[in-house]
Parts: sequence; C-alpha cells; structure tokens
Amino acid sequence: MEEQNNKQHREEVCPGKKDKLDLQTARAQIAGTKGPEYWRSLEELAGSAEFQEMMHREFPKGASEWLDSVSRRGFLKLMGASLAMAGMTACTKQPLEPIVPYVRQPEAVIPGVPMFYATAFTLGGYASPILVESHLYRPTKIEGNAQHPASLGGTDVFAQASILGMYDPDRSQTIAYLGDVRTWGGFLEALRGPLNAQKAVQGAGIRILTRTVSSPALADQLRSVLKLYPQAKWHVYEPVNRDNVLEGAKMAFGQPVETQYKLENADVIVSLDADFLYAGFPGSTRYIRDFAQRRNPDAGNMNRLYVIESTMSSTGAKSDHRLPLRAVDIEIFARDLQRQWQSKGDVIAVEGPGSQATWALKHEYLEMVSSVAGDLKSHSGSSVIIVGDHQPPAVHALAHAINQTLGNVGKTVFYTDPVDANPVDQFDSLKDLVTDMRAGKVDMLFILGGNPAYDAPADLGFADALKNTNIPMRVHLGLYQDETAELCQWHVNEAHYLESWGDSRAYDGTVSIVQPLIAPLYGGKSAYELTALLAGQAEATGHEVVQGYWKKQHPGADFDAFWRKSLHDGWIDGTTFALKSVSLKSAAFTPSPVNDAKAIEINFRRDPCVYDGCFSNNGWLQELPKPMSKMTWDNPVLIGPAMATRMGLKSEDLVHLELNGKKVTAPIWIQAGHPDNSVTVFLGYGRKRAGRAGTGAGFDMYPLRGSSTPWFTSGVNITKAGGTYKLATTQGYQTMDTPEGSRPQVRSASLDEYRKEPGFAREEQSPAELTLYKPYPYDKELYAWGMAIDLNACVGCNNCMVACQSENNIAVVGKEQVVIGRHMHWLRVDAYYQGDRDNPKAYFQPVPCMQCENAPCEVVCPVGATVHSTEGLNDMVYNRCVGTRYCSNNCPYKVRRFNFLLFQDWETPQLKMMRNPDVTVRSRGVMEKCTYCIQRITQHRIDSERENRTIQDGELQTACQQSCPADAITFGNINDPNSRVSKLKAIPRNYGLLADLNTRPRTTYLAEIRNPNPELES
Amino acid sequence: MDEPRQPAAIERAPVIEPGYTFGTVTDKISSIVLTRPTSNGWFLGFGITFLLTMMMLFAVGYLFVRGVGIWGVTIPIGWGFAIVNFVWWIGIGHAGTLISAILLLLRQSWRNSINRFAEAMTLFAVSAAGLFPLIHVGRPWLAYWLFPYPNTMKVWPQFRSPLVWDVFAVSTYATISLLFWFIGLVPDLATLRDRSTNRAAQIIYGMLALGWRGSARHWHRYETAYLLLAGLATPLVLSVHTVVSFDFAVAIVPGWHTTIFPPYFVAGAIYSGFAMVLMLAIPIRKFYGLEDFITERHLQNSAKVMLATGLIVAYGYAIEGFMGWYSGNRYDAFLLWNRLHGPYAPWYLALLACNIFVPQVLWIRKLRTSPTALFLISGVILVGMWLERFIIVVVSLHRDFLTSSWGMYYPTRWDWMTYIGTIGMFLAAMFLFVRILPMISIFEMRTLLPEAEVKE
Amino acid sequence: MKRTPVYGMMAEFDSAQHLVDAAHRTHEAGYLKIDAYSPFPVEGLAEAIGFHKNSVPLVVLIGGLLGGLSGYALQYWISVVSYPINVGGKPYHSWPAFIVVTFEMTILFGGIFAVFGMLALNGLPMPYHPVFNVPRFAFATKDRFFLIVFSTDPKYSPSETRRFLEGLAPRSISEVPS
Repeated sequence: MEEQNNKQHREEVCPGKKDKLDLQTARAQIAGTKGPEYWRSLEELAGSAEFQEMMHREFPKGASEWLDSVSRRGFLKLMGASLAMAGMTACTKQPLEPIVPYVRQPEAVIPGVPMFYATAFTLGGYASPILVESHLYRPTKIEGNAQHPASLGGTDVFAQASILGMYDPDRSQTIAYLGDVRTWGGFLEALRGPLNAQKAVQGAGIRILTRTVSSPALADQLRSVLKLYPQAKWHVYEPVNRDNVLEGAKMAFGQPVETQYKLENADVIVSLDADFLYAGFPGSTRYIRDFAQRRNPDAGNMNRLYVIESTMSSTGAKSDHRLPLRAVDIEIFARDLQRQWQSKGDVIAVEGPGSQATWALKHEYLEMVSSVAGDLKSHSGSSVIIVGDHQPPAVHALAHAINQTLGNVGKTVFYTDPVDANPVDQFDSLKDLVTDMRAGKVDMLFILGGNPAYDAPADLGFADALKNTNIPMRVHLGLYQDETAELCQWHVNEAHYLESWGDSRAYDGTVSIVQPLIAPLYGGKSAYELTALLAGQAEATGHEVVQGYWKKQHPGADFDAFWRKSLHDGWIDGTTFALKSVSLKSAAFTPSPVNDAKAIEINFRRDPCVYDGCFSNNGWLQELPKPMSKMTWDNPVLIGPAMATRMGLKSEDLVHLELNGKKVTAPIWIQAGHPDNSVTVFLGYGRKRAGRAGTGAGFDMYPLRGSSTPWFTSGVNITKAGGTYKLATTQGYQTMDTPEGSRPQVRSASLDEYRKEPGFAREEQSPAELTLYKPYPYDKELYAWGMAIDLNACVGCNNCMVACQSENNIAVVGKEQVVIGRHMHWLRVDAYYQGDRDNPKAYFQPVPCMQCENAPCEVVCPVGATVHSTEGLNDMVYNRCVGTRYCSNNCPYKVRRFNFLLFQDWETPQLKMMRNPDVTVRSRGVMEKCTYCIQRITQHRIDSERENRTIQDGELQTACQQSCPADAITFGNINDPNSRVSKLKAIPRNYGLLADLNTRPRTTYLAEIRNPNPELES
Repeated sequence: MDEPRQPAAIERAPVIEPGYTFGTVTDKISSIVLTRPTSNGWFLGFGITFLLTMMMLFAVGYLFVRGVGIWGVTIPIGWGFAIVNFVWWIGIGHAGTLISAILLLLRQSWRNSINRFAEAMTLFAVSAAGLFPLIHVGRPWLAYWLFPYPNTMKVWPQFRSPLVWDVFAVSTYATISLLFWFIGLVPDLATLRDRSTNRAAQIIYGMLALGWRGSARHWHRYETAYLLLAGLATPLVLSVHTVVSFDFAVAIVPGWHTTIFPPYFVAGAIYSGFAMVLMLAIPIRKFYGLEDFITERHLQNSAKVMLATGLIVAYGYAIEGFMGWYSGNRYDAFLLWNRLHGPYAPWYLALLACNIFVPQVLWIRKLRTSPTALFLISGVILVGMWLERFIIVVVSLHRDFLTSSWGMYYPTRWDWMTYIGTIGMFLAAMFLFVRILPMISIFEMRTLLPEAEVKE
Repeated sequence: MKRTPVYGMMAEFDSAQHLVDAAHRTHEAGYLKIDAYSPFPVEGLAEAIGFHKNSVPLVVLIGGLLGGLSGYALQYWISVVSYPINVGGKPYHSWPAFIVVTFEMTILFGGIFAVFGMLALNGLPMPYHPVFNVPRFAFATKDRFFLIVFSTDPKYSPSETRRFLEGLAPRSISEVPS
C-alpha cells in the first residue's frame, strides 16, 4: 500500500520523457556564466518558454533522482553535467532573494547548527508569528516567535503541523490544463488573449475569489487589479469565517470592528459558546497565555471562568462553571443576562430556553444566569464576555452591550479596525458570484487558494455552477489538485507559505512579513505572483511585490534597515492597529430568527484537527486526538448521553442525518457534556481528492450546511441507519471513576479547599526512604533534569503533542493501527471526565515519560536497552532494543511506544528532508518513548561546555515546553534550588503521578485548582 | 508429591499385569519399534500434525517478514498469545521430569512404565515453548543478545531481568531433560541394537547405545548418576516454573505482582503436565495394546495427582481474590472486579469451570478409572490452564493503572495459526518418538518383575 | 591391559539370583578381575564382584560447585566490573537478582558432569568390545545373565577357570576371543 503510493508518487515527481537534448540547450544557454552571476542570468533566461519547459521537465526529474537515495549517482551525473542543473535540482537551496536569519545562532551556516527565521503562518486571515528552524536551508520545525505579542513563544497546532503540509508528497507539483502538465510560460500565453479581451469590457467578466485576505500587499494588489478592470469583482469566501462577528459589531456600533480582549485584566470571564482557548480562535495563542497567567492559585489572583456552550470544548473543560446549552438557547441566555441590568432590582424575568429538552436544566440555568450576573456586577471593569464566532450577530451585539454596561471597554475589551482587508459578508459574496456565474456574466474566474467546490454551502451549488456554466477560463491556484482544481481548466500549483513571500496581520493588526525558508519544491506560484500577473506585472516575483508594497508604505533611505529589521523580528513596527473608541447605537437588538426551537439542533463546527478541510492530508493533524473525544481520523456526530440513551444509540452506531432534503450517513459518538436535543458535526472530512491521508477519511458534512444557517439550525432528522462504524480513539475509557472507586490521576481541589489543606495532592506519596537499596547519588551530579506540569495552566490545546511529533520524528501510523491502540505519540494529553455525564467536570493531563528514578521499565529489560543516565534520564537505546515489550508492560504510565510494524516512511524523499537530523528515525521492532528531548540537552551541554559555563535555567527548553502557549510545562535542573522547576516542585500542590508505587518520577504535576463561585457551590 | 502414595498403597492394583518374563516384556515393547508394521493410523496422524507444523512455519515466516504487528499485541497489552502459549507449554513440560525424577526419588515404582514418554513429551513441549520467546520479540534476529556471550559491543545481558533468568532456566531445563531422557534410553537402545535384525537399525541403535553392555560396574555408576541427576532435576523442575512466574511476579502490574505465583505456577504446571500425560497415554495404551504395562493404577495415580494440584491451583485463585479485597489496594480490588465483570469475564468463568469445578468429579473412583472420562477431563484441564495464562497475561495488562491507557486485545489469525501449529509440531514429534524409540523403559520394566528380586 | 589371544572365560546364567551367587563364589574363590553382565541393574551384583569405589558423586559435586561459582562470578563481573550501569536505581551488585542464574548454572553443570562423568568412568562410548564376540551375549540385553573372568586375572588358566565355572552350573560356558 505504502510502497505503491511512493512509487506512484515518484512518477508524479518526474513527468515528461527523459530528454537529454534540453539539458544540452541549458548548458549552451548558461555557457560561460560563473557562480555569482548565475542566478541573475538564470532569471533573465526564465522568460524564454523552452527554458521554462526544460526547467519543468528537468527540475522535478533531477529532484526526484536526488531525493530518491537509491539513485543518488544519477543526481551526481546531473551535477557534473551543469552547474545550472545542480543549482536547480537541489531542492534545499536558499531562496534567490536575501532572507534574514533570526539571530539566535551564528549567522554563518554551520552544518548541524540550525538557523531560525521569523515568519508567519496565516489561517483564516490571522497570522501566527512563528520561528522556523532550518537545517542547511531545510525547514524542519516551527516554533512560536517569543518576541511577538501575539505569540510570546506559543504556537498553535495548525501552524506547527504546516511544516508537514509543505513537504506533503501529495501536493500539486505542476501547472495543469485539463489535467495535462503545462508550464508557467504556457499559462501566461493562454491568459494573454482573454485578458486583453477583458480590457475592452473593463474586466466585466473577471471574477476573483480569495479566502479571507489580511495581507496589506495582496489587498493592495487586488485593488490595483480592480482599478485596471473597474468592472471586475473580488469575492471572498472561506467556510469558517467571521461574518457574524462583523455583523454583530455593525449591529452594535454601526461599523465592523475587531474585538480584542486583555484577559490578564479579567477576574471574571464569561464565554458564550466561545472556544477561545483553542487554535482557530483569533488570538487564542495569546489568550491562552493571559488566561493561564491568571490561573495561578499560589499567586492568589485566580480568575473565574464561566462557559455556556453548545458542545463540549476544551474551553468548557477549563471552566469553573459550565452550562451545556443548545446554540440557539445561548442568545436567550444572553438576553436574560442583559435583563439583570435593564430591570431595576434583581428580578430575573426569564424567557427560558426554547426547547423543553434543555429546559430540563431549568434549575442550573436560573442559577447560572443569576450568579454570572452577580459576579459580573461585582467585577465591573474587570470582567469580560466573549462570544463564539458562530453565534448569531445579535449575541455579539448583546455581548458588546453588556461589556459596555460593565465598563469593561478599555480595560478588558478593545476595539480596532477589522484585520480582514475586505470585510464583506462572505456567504453573500459567494452567493453573488454563483448568481453571476449562472447568469453567464463570468468569463474568467480566478480562484486564489481555497477549495469552494468542496466547502461551499450546499444550497449555493457552487460546484455545480462551476461544472455546468461553461465559463471559458477557470483558473485555480492551490496547494493540491483538489475538488475545485478538478472543475477548473487551469490549475496552478501554489507555493506553500514557507516557500514564498508575503505579509499578513496578526489578531492585533501587527503585520508580519512572510519570508520563504526554501525555494518552491515544485516551482509553485503564490497568490501575489498570480495577482501581479492580472495587474499586468507578469514578471513580478512575490518578493518584488511585497517589498514594493512596503517601500511605498515606508519610503526613505532607511528602507533597507527597516526591511531587514522587520524580517529579523518577524513583524513590522507601528503596524499594530490603533484602538478605536466606538459607541453603542442601541442596547436592544432584534432577536435572530429561530425555526422551531423544539426540534433537534445541529451544530457545524470547524474541526479541531483539520480545520475546514484544508489540513485533511496532514497526517499529524489527522492522527492528533481531538481535545475532548480523543478521536482521530474521523468526524463522528457528537451527541449527548441523555439524548443517546433516549434514542437508544451507542457510540459507533451509524445514523442518517437528514436536513432539508440532504442526507448524510455517519457514526455517532456519545460526548459527555454535550447539550441535549442537539448534535455537533465537525467540518472538513469526507474529502474526495485530498491525498493519501485525507481522501476518504471521515464524512463530508458540508452538504447539510446551508448558507443562511451555516453554524447551527434545528430540524435535523436523526434515524438509526443500522450497522456500526469503527472509530479510532486514542483513549478508550475517559473517566477516573472505576467500579472500585476513583483513581487520583488528576488531583484537583477548589481554591478554598486548597487554602485549607495545601498538601492535599501529596497524600499517598511514598516516603523517599522506602527502599532497601541506597539510592543513586543524583544530587552529586551537576544536572538532574526534571519537569513540572501545571495542570491548572494546561488547556488541552494539543500543541505539545504536535511539537513533540515534529521534534522527534514520530511516525504516523494510520487509522487501522490507532484502532488497535498503536499510536506513537511520545506525549499524550489525557482527558478525564468526572461526575454527571451530561455536565461533567473535565480535566487535562499531559503525560510524557516520567523519567522515574526507580524506573520499572529498566529493571525488566533483558538486554539493558533502557537504562539510566547520570543526569537521571531514562535513556532508550534503540539499537540495543530487541523488542520484548516487557518495559512497556511494566510501565505504569504506559508512555512507551512500540514499532509493531515498519511505521516510519523510509521511502518518501520529501519526508526524509523534513526530519530532524538530530533524532534517530526508528525502525521496526524497537521500543521508543519521550527522552526529554535529549538532543536539545546535549546541544546545550556542548555549547555551555564550549563557553565553559553551566547551562542556564530557561535557556534549555523541551519541544513541548517551548510550544506551550499556557507555559504549563517547565523543564530544568532540579539540582539547582533556584531553577524555576525546583521552585515549582516545592509548591505544596506539586505531586507525582502514581507516586505511591515509589517510582520516584522526575515529571511531576501541579494539582488543578478550580475557583468556583461560592453561590453555585451548594 | 507423595500425596497419591497412601491411597495407592491401599488398593494394590498392579503396575504390571502378572505372567510376564524378562523376555516377553522385552519383546512386547521392542516389537512396537522393530517388528510391528507401521499402521495407516500412524501415517494419517503424522500426516495431519506434520501439515499443522508447516502451517506454523508459514505463520512464523510471515511474522519475520512483516513484524509482530501481525499479531494482536498492542499497547498496553504488549504480551499476547506468544507468552500465554510459552507458559502453557512450559507447564506441560513439567510432568516428564517430575515423573522421572521426583517419583524416582520417592520410589514410586509405578512411574517406570510412563516416565519414558513423559520425558519425551517434556522435551517436545519445552521445544514448543522455547519457540515463542524467540519469535515474539520485535527483532527476532537479535534475540541471541539475551545470552551472555563476549562481543565487540562490550555489552551484556541485564541480569536483573526475569527474561534473562528465563533464558537460563529454560535452557538448563531443556538440557537436563534431554540428558536425563537419553541416559535412560541407553540400555534400551542396547536392547534394540541386539534385537534388531536389519543392518541399518543395528548400526544406528548401536551407535546411540554407546556400546552399552550391562556390566555390573557400569550399572552401578549408572544408577548413581541417574539418581543424582534425579536429585538435581527435582529442584530444577520446581525452579523452572518459579522463574517463569517471576516474569510476572517481579513486575509491578496489578495481577502480576504477587508472591503466591511461584507455588501456584508450579502446581498449575504439574496439573497441566499430568493432564497432557493422560491425554497421550490413554490413546497410546489403547492403540498399542499396552494396557498391561500402563494399568488402571497409573491412570488412578495420575488422576489423584491432578486432583491434588488442581486444589492447590484453586487455593491460588482464592488467595488472589482474598488479597484483592484484603490488601485494600484499589488496583488489586479493581483487577478482581474486572476479572468477574470486565470484558473478559466469560473467559475467567470458563477458567474457573475448567480448572476447579470440572476436575472435582475425579473424587469419584469410577471416573478415575475410566480412560474415556479421564481423557475428556484432561482435555478440559488443558484448556483451563491455557485460559489461566491468558487471564494472567492479557486481563492483567489490558486495564492497569491509568484509565486513559486501557485497551483491548484481539488475537489475529496469525496468533491462532502459530498456536495450533505448535500443537501440531508437538504431536508430530510424539508420533515419530513412539515409532522409532521404545516408549516404555524396558530395563526398568524388567526390574518390576518378581524374578528381578535377589537376596544376598 | 596386555594383549592376550583370549580375553576371558564367560559363563551364562538364566536368573539374576543365580548370577549373584555365582559372582560371590567366583570372587571368594580369589578371582579378582571379573565382571558380570545383566539386562537390568541387579542389586548387590557390584559388591559381589568386589566393586566398591564409585567416584561419580564427587564428580557431580565438583561440577555443581564449578557451575554455581562461575554463574555468580559471571554476573558479578558483568554487572559490577565490566560494564556497570544504573538500572532502575538498583545497585550494581544486586545480589538477590543474581541468585536465580547462579542456581540454574549449578544444576546445569552438575547434570552435565553427572552424565558425562559417568560415561567417562564407564569408558563409554565404546562401540566394540570383545564380549560382543560371544554370540549368546546378545541376550545380555534381554533375559540372560553373564559372568566373565578376564584372562588378565593372575589366577586365570583356561582349564582351571573353565572347571571352576562349570562348578557354578551355568547354562553355557564360552571362551571370549579378544
């Protein structure tokens, strides 16, 4: 299976017939050129079509040969043949333009010493500032840009996994016309005629469809295209958009504004269906940090989080009080909340949620309304209400109103211009486009990125329009030859953001320059370059476009310094949006339409792993367990326990979902804490042309989605389809309660309990002297590595897992193996539920290797393949391991992972380039596990010894620690009493997992402390 | 072990029917090998078991190509059928040496007519068992790293690991059993040498007989050595399953980490061992008309041994249960609950039925003396003992400390093919054995005859 | 033994009892270099022919000790001297863990010494032996019992010895050619 893929892939890489001649011409053309001038001369040549042709044929061929270790000799021949070819065939060459390293390593490239470059990853228009680790011009890992206010060192799962996206062997690798290979030159020619024709009609037939654009340069370009062709139209569509947010802002203030929050100032946070602690919510990385800072019971400034939500989210799991409420009822909650101010006195005139089913929660509901209101009142100015993107505009407006009433604006809530450069209603925008298409007004359609044929709302029938209204010129620019590419005559393979120039705004408006880390692997083009083409600058490179734009913004002599600094820092000074002061138009808003509140509600949500489907082919994300269900590779229908019991459904039962004529059959998954009379489905699955990982995984829910009710609607009809469907969860049994009593895996207490009994977490801790043997004298060593994980800070965002996967070359095993239980994650985030299944308390617990001082795994290994280092690490010696698996049996934490089969992909060349050269790629039959990133420890030990000093506290970070936006993971030297980790371990709520086994774990946990509202505690 | 003695003393069923002389005993046993034509039944039986052996080799071959992933093993259940079968076979392999050595020391002369093939059975069982640890590792081609041999890597086995103890225990056991068996064979090989009429047989048996000529001096040293060997084998046989039980007892997994394991494993081993002896003895004595040599008394005594060891095993279960409750340890308590109510509960109940309840019918004399009944009961016990190992290995592992890491174990077709294949291999070897070697110790049978008595 | 044309004089008996008595009388008659052959170990026969010294137990003892000591020494040297590693916080010299292997090695060596020691002392394997030249001797592994007086015996003389043996009323007497 795998082998097939690779073979077939290799053919894709080298299409066209082997043609010696054009190699000759190449040499002829670049005859006499020396190294230095070579690039320029090449660019001059780049125009000529046959050179393009030759490039196109030879480059991937050479590339494939070079990449395929088997025929490296072939590559060497090529090398010898021509300097040009060598330069072009090498996939890992520096981009042509000067890019500026982030100075943390020496500027000169030293083999083995990585360089770090600041750039930005953009999702939904919002930039995540990142640093990319590059080994000899091969980007290998993505980390947060600690200097950037939107990151502070953290990242999100999508940003980190995007590195795999760049090396994805299934990416589109050529320009194609009706599926046949074409060249850029060919494309230019094909475009010339029609474009000229459009000039005559002022581009009346030109339509450009983009995803959300926050890039000033690209926006500027598109506008200049519209200047050139006044009749042309720019449409924006993205399935996961923020229409409601902008609409809500318009409702409240009469203008679209971006809302930002300063959670560090918030004592009380009320989330109305806002999953603001998970990737995908603008600014989540920063919000997680600010939130976590305020969850430190020892600092005594703990905030309180109320979450009223329509599906179980990681944000809800962190809440002090959570109320599961159907999405439609949340608006009612918001109204009832607002009433607490409008009505004088504290009368609670309650509409009450519409559906009888939810009304079962009447008591909890009323309590929640009153106590939330009470808490908000008593924390005016230091509270905040956050509303989820998918809630209707009215709710956003209400939240704005309440925030105003509470005087939170300017303290915890801030308004700026929208980050979206073209803040139109995206569903309307797409609707208009389809109308024009059907009306035959469209002659040239440029789809710049995105996959609307797959993810457009069903009722618009975009795909159908694209297929059947014969638009003469349909151009698709994309990373994959996906569902949309299939319906366009022309497909231009897009350059990945790590391969191309660009710029993008973070949630606070700060612009980051996107600088490429590597020349396009398959010679793709960026949206900038394609737009430049339309704007009549065919030759303009992405670099010229972006730099050109910023030259205009920042004229003057010091531009080079300015440019250099911006690249170096990862953002452009002074681009952060100025805060706006806006005034409320009214406090009363017309309720959003509700169709039949009694009927079953269906929620459409972006997927925590594949987002809207654009990451479908990303194995890391596919195999990343969703925070609450620990589901991988699939998107079952989430349904509440009560409802499931009522309908006689069990997890994995197949059901038919029927909604206004559309029907989808999918398995269900019983999700504790999901509101009754409502189901949730995740978008982004059921792709037909995603690639080896994404195609066929999960179920396509877009057909059920209507453009008028994109996020939730009622009236879905659920019927048992009969039969079951195997789902792959990494955590089968998600409770700490066993029939023989509860297990203290996650220790937790309320703030008061903690104050009363600080040492509560340490009961069952076995005394150190509980051994016949004399313990090994670790205290005599210079270093003793240890880790402390603050369960209170951890928000279950899964960042650590992806970071670990990327840093340690961890294999993706596929759904079948996950079903059996053979996933390879070295670090897992366990989720536990406790109490009432309909509204449980939920906990997260990241579990890396505990590095036990009395490691049970070591004692039983017959060949000494896992033994202890003097610094207290539980070392795993891969090449000594014979694979008895005894160590895993004897590991009480089950953190060891075994290569039952050859899980690593040893074939695909791109993946070879992506791997971290400092970490062994494990083969079949050996055990593996978390090493505390020993490669990083060693690197820092070498550096410090060279500089003849000891490793400073904090300079050495494990991958998981580095990526953690909540700063929940602390690693360091426990022999140094002043190290941060030592101080944390000294805190009374620090405890060792299963410490009663006397394993003496080096990884310990800070117990979770909740801060419940006394009123609700009864 | 002397438990069966007293009853044996009471009812004196003979260990060999009257009317036999040195000559007739010799001829009757040696003729099976030398003169008697090979029956079609033998060919059929050998053919089938040989095919099963081939199936096993195929399964193992595929295992080497793809890796242990073709089995049902996973995290957290890192050990599955392979280890279950290993322990099961090793257990069965205990009867032989026990009968030969311990009963010899206890002067249980009735052993003489069953010890020979019991020992053979031991050898084949141990080799079947030995196969599994080798093939179950992730990189079988490196399994030899478990042996302490000088190497360029300058690294050695890790002697705190029970697996290394296993290597020593099992290989020692195999070696000693082989020697014991061969030494016992030498005088009979001499008999075959002298009885056989065809040249090839004379040469082969002659070589194997090492030129044995029954000299008084030789007999004297021979008996001393044999007795000492028995003396060494006795603690050995007890130690082997003790060491195997250490694989579990030394670990910290709930359901493994318990001190009752060594005695209860040894008892279980003898239990299953005798069951296997009966399952083989009963058909053999039937087909080869050896009822005079393997008499009711043998069946009875074996049955009694099973009854006794079965009760010890039952006691073991009882103690496990008691400790689960008495220790107050939440994990042990849950283990108990999980065995009775968890997903594998039916297996556990079946185990109790097979190993505790069914064998109690052996209290009935009538069944103790009925070959058919004994054959069936022995079968039940063998199944039960296999289930016991399955419960210990899989059910303990599948739900241990962290609820997040619980899992399920589903054996694959490759697991079954390998397991059934080893049974085929075992039986095929037995078929060959009864065909080419005297399955009953001739010279020891002679000593049972009244004429063998001499007075000073 | 020095080569003589005749290896010895052999008498055949048909019961163990008869052989033992005969052996006693032969030995009492002053014949020292004699041996007896039986199809199974006959109690008291060895004493009857005056064979008392048996060094097998000593060999086994030596073997056992050797095995045990080398076993423990091996583990100690490996775990403490040659390549000491910190395994699960246990001391390098974790003697309790070393007991098992020590024990097994004791048994292994003891057993091997017992078997091969016995064979060596018996001078086995020895595919050819003069007594096999006597056709009737084939029954020594079935139901016949033999007594032999070696020609190396000082008291041996073909006529005298034959007469003496006839006095023991054997089934038959034959001269064993060497």
